[in-house]
Amino acid sequence: MKRNFADLHLCADVRDSECVLRMVKKASRLGYRVVAVPFPSNAGAEMVERVRGLCVDVGVDLVSRVDLKPRTPNELLHRLRDVRRRFEVVVVVCESKAVARQAAKDRRVDLLCFPGLDFRGRFFDLAEAELASKGLAGLEVDVKPLLTLEGPVRVRLLSSLRREVAVAGKFGVPVVVSSGVSDELLMRKPREMASLASLFDLPDARAFEAVSRVPLGIVKRNRAKLRAGFVAPGIRVVRRGRDC
Amino acid sequence: MLKRVKRRYLALEIERGEGLGSREFLDAVWGAVTRLYGEYGASKTGLTLIDYDVERGFGVVRVLLSAVPMVRASLASITSINGKPVAVHVVTISGTLKALHKSLKN
Repeated sequence: MKRNFADLHLCADVRDSECVLRMVKKASRLGYRVVAVPFPSNAGAEMVERVRGLCVDVGVDLVSRVDLKPRTPNELLHRLRDVRRRFEVVVVVCESKAVARQAAKDRRVDLLCFPGLDFRGRFFDLAEAELASKGLAGLEVDVKPLLTLEGPVRVRLLSSLRREVAVAGKFGVPVVVSSGVSDELLMRKPREMASLASLFDLPDARAFEAVSRVPLGIVKRNRAKLRAGFVAPGIRVVRRGRDC
Repeated sequence: MLKRVKRRYLALEIERGEGLGSREFLDAVWGAVTRLYGEYGASKTGLTLIDYDVERGFGVVRVLLSAVPMVRASLASITSINGKPVAVHVVTISGTLKALHKSLKN
């Protein structure tokens, strides 16, 4: 059976239709069937539909994504209330430990992301992984810094990623490998993304799942939740009426 | 008894690599392998350039089977050659040159 691949972090400027189309076409050529583009948190449904319309002709399924960068746990809760029903994937960029902990235990958060170069700001430790394993949040790893950095900085990043991936594996936290690029030339095929993931010791099978089954599962789960009639996982309203 | 050496042929597409010489390309690949895995790791790849088309930006390299993941990751990490931004993609991989060309035709 042919595997479907997804890139949940394609940094195209959603206000520039040509840029989105160009990047989505390239993603399609590289073998992706599902692509997520970050939208501003104040983006309306019409903006999302307009961009989605561009991708239909290319044969790529566009997923709306929003990146939250809250400074406090309270701000995170407030913003989650605002965006959860409007976007298919919600990512929290954790810049403080308090935010990281709150994001990990909140079931409305899909992915946790940590700043690439601030090694003291990577809070994905055992406690964070334990909280995330009880919630639904996964760990997102962007390959962009692996491509753009060189020397000791990349060595340090690989070391941090290796530790985080091992911790995630221990607690069964799903790992998603995304591109995180805004330049077409930095886009890589799913197989190449999996190869890059081997640099931080993600086993081959898990690396493939990180670009296929795991991100597709997140999208499927959230789409089911956003559909009208959703009550709980596995339960939905089929019909309303007096005789029901 | 010594084990038979198993090799794989990788067909590569060098995006925006038109006009790049084979020497420059091979140096870039060796450089990427060395940066990621060091000289010890690079010595285990058995990397050889078999074919290179300057006009189309297309090449074929041969590597040891055990080193395929290393070479794949190294190729993916190449972002520029001689200051020119490029991307290297593995088009197909095969055990023999004959099968590689057949796969490319398909």
